[in-house]
Amino acid sequence: MSSGDPREPLPGRHEPFLGNAYEALNQGEDTRWAYGTGFADPLAGVDTRVPEGVDGADLAAYCLMLGDDALIMSHRLQEWCAHAPELEEEVALANIALDLLGQARLLLSRAGAADGSGSDEDALAFLREAGGFRNVHLVEAENGDFGQEMARLLVFATWRLALLDRLAGSRDPVLAAVAVKGVKEVAYHRDYAAGWVVRLGDGTSYSRRRIAEGLAAVWPSVPELFVPHEVESRLAAAGVGVDPATLREEFDAVIAHVLTTATLTPPAGPGGSAVPRGRDGTHTAALTRLLDEMQSVARAHPETTW
Amino acid sequence: MADLQEHFDHTIEQDRRVEPRDWMPDGYRATMVRQIAQHAHSEIIGMQPEGEWITRAPSLRRKAILLAKVQDEAGHGLYLYSAAETLGADRAELTAMLIEGRQKYSSIFNYPTLTYADVGVIGWLVDGAAICNQVPLCRSSYGPYARAMIRICKEESFHQRQGYELLLTMMKGTDAQRAMVQDAVDRWWWPSLMMFGPPDDASPNTARSMAWKIKRHTNDELRQRFVDMTVPQAEALGVTLPDPGLRWNAERGHHDFGPIDWSELKRVISGDGPCNARRIAVRRAAHEDGAWVREAATAHARKTEVRT
Amino acid sequence: MSEWPLYEVFVRSKRGLNHVHVGSLHAADDETALRHARDLYTRRNEGVSIWVVRSDHIAATSPDEKDPFFAPSGDKVYRHPTFYTIPDDVPHM
Repeated sequence: MSSGDPREPLPGRHEPFLGNAYEALNQGEDTRWAYGTGFADPLAGVDTRVPEGVDGADLAAYCLMLGDDALIMSHRLQEWCAHAPELEEEVALANIALDLLGQARLLLSRAGAADGSGSDEDALAFLREAGGFRNVHLVEAENGDFGQEMARLLVFATWRLALLDRLAGSRDPVLAAVAVKGVKEVAYHRDYAAGWVVRLGDGTSYSRRRIAEGLAAVWPSVPELFVPHEVESRLAAAGVGVDPATLREEFDAVIAHVLTTATLTPPAGPGGSAVPRGRDGTHTAALTRLLDEMQSVARAHPETTW
Repeated sequence: MADLQEHFDHTIEQDRRVEPRDWMPDGYRATMVRQIAQHAHSEIIGMQPEGEWITRAPSLRRKAILLAKVQDEAGHGLYLYSAAETLGADRAELTAMLIEGRQKYSSIFNYPTLTYADVGVIGWLVDGAAICNQVPLCRSSYGPYARAMIRICKEESFHQRQGYELLLTMMKGTDAQRAMVQDAVDRWWWPSLMMFGPPDDASPNTARSMAWKIKRHTNDELRQRFVDMTVPQAEALGVTLPDPGLRWNAERGHHDFGPIDWSELKRVISGDGPCNARRIAVRRAAHEDGAWVREAATAHARKTEVRT
Repeated sequence: MSEWPLYEVFVRSKRGLNHVHVGSLHAADDETALRHARDLYTRRNEGVSIWVVRSDHIAATSPDEKDPFFAPSGDKVYRHPTFYTIPDDVPHM
């Protein structure tokens, strides 16, 4: 607002409901309130050509990896709808699911453009079989209780924030733009999950037991997050992607800090079992069931618009 | 006491708002609490029929829109519970009344959502009917309720638009999509008309609510307005409203419409609708399963307070 | 059953404007109250300032206090003295 008489009506004000608190807040700028629209395009003015010396197929595969992580994690959070422990948490969980869905849409679109296939976000989300998905196993596991969900979200957001933070310097302008936007969002997700892990760990003796069990359930999925796929290694070398092995130190430090505050100890390691390879398209039955549901309507009506 | 009553009456008569700490008749307070609570419960229960389709939305854009919409409904529930709390009711008590069946919510949410077209029709007809009901409530005599309604109405208009736009897109699509839309319209039309409540001659509380300016229009007036608004929208969409008696009456300047089966409404309100038990069971499970989480947060807050 | 306390929420929509009361919510502590307020009352938009305060920490007069018919404010019936009105002749307060 510029200077001048504060009582002078501002331009753009709407007719009805004058003189109430919401109207004063709103100032005719409806985009301030999240109606699901009105947000800036994060790719406005970004050069969308594949950078020189980068293999389009590699870039597409990489975008699918990061996009599928977000898409599947978002789906698991969507499943909390109408089941959250309090109404305020309904709103918070939906916000996080929406943020991740937004990241997934940008990344899947980029994947379809980068490999020259021209596949759009919906073709990639709804027409791939489970073997074509490249997400880590952490996100596909079925939901447990709220404590387990917060343990998973803490692990996921801590890892993804470290990744996006580095990806913001990518040579690919699209990935860099997606990362810059995502860092702000995922920082909030991490804070949200960390807050709950602390509250549950340092809450009642019962909640402490539940969150400890939740962490233990999630923990076997942690090692996979830091094993580079060959595509990740190649793109990291090309200055486009991030080698996930480099994220471990930050991840361990953040998790240790949160768990200490929560008066919890990290679960024992996964005990030398083989590291799953979601990045290669190897998945559990949980992902198949998830996709059966997610893709059901789209596949029942092929070649239609919605 | 007589002075307080006179002052209250004067406030209403002058079209001024009643605010939380003002004196108000017990009947006014009880009516407001009941109305706001039922409205809040409706928003929260109303998350379920559409929420069931978020994970199955047929495009990522539709998924984002639906998720944002259902999230808004949680937000609307919160605005309304917060308005009810200014009258001395608290959310825990109101939630207990809901899951124990001692307070009602809108019967419309006891119908099932059978296809994705239902998401569009709920936006168009159910949210459209809600807007007709709610826009006058922005001038309701109780200040906190009126202010909550302003914000809710703004967001509801986005809800109605997204629903109508989905239906337009489907009507331009395949035969199967068009058939889904018509089927959903056939199922939701009459329940939408019932959302305005019983006819005026069978609505004993209307007169008092009108006198208190809690309500601004009668049920039948609002229902007529909704029908008049919706008929041209249905034509533009290319669907048939399932009422052979629906026609323009030039003399009245309104559409005539066929008789409403009030026995069905009574049946659904009294708990015999297709989904009553399921809706309450979901809400109850969320509340009860979440108790340990809420308790943990309270316990942690107490510990933190002691430490600092 | 332990219910989270009620908080009142005030939002500054942009620089140059006052914080305005927008509603209330429940939270276990101040920090979560701020988070919930951000989620609920500003959804995902940045650049606003939010205040939250425990409802039972607010001292309030009645909107009608200058009126001869003002009822005493010490009553315990209306536990939540919230939702200040903005008079019609003061736009954008």
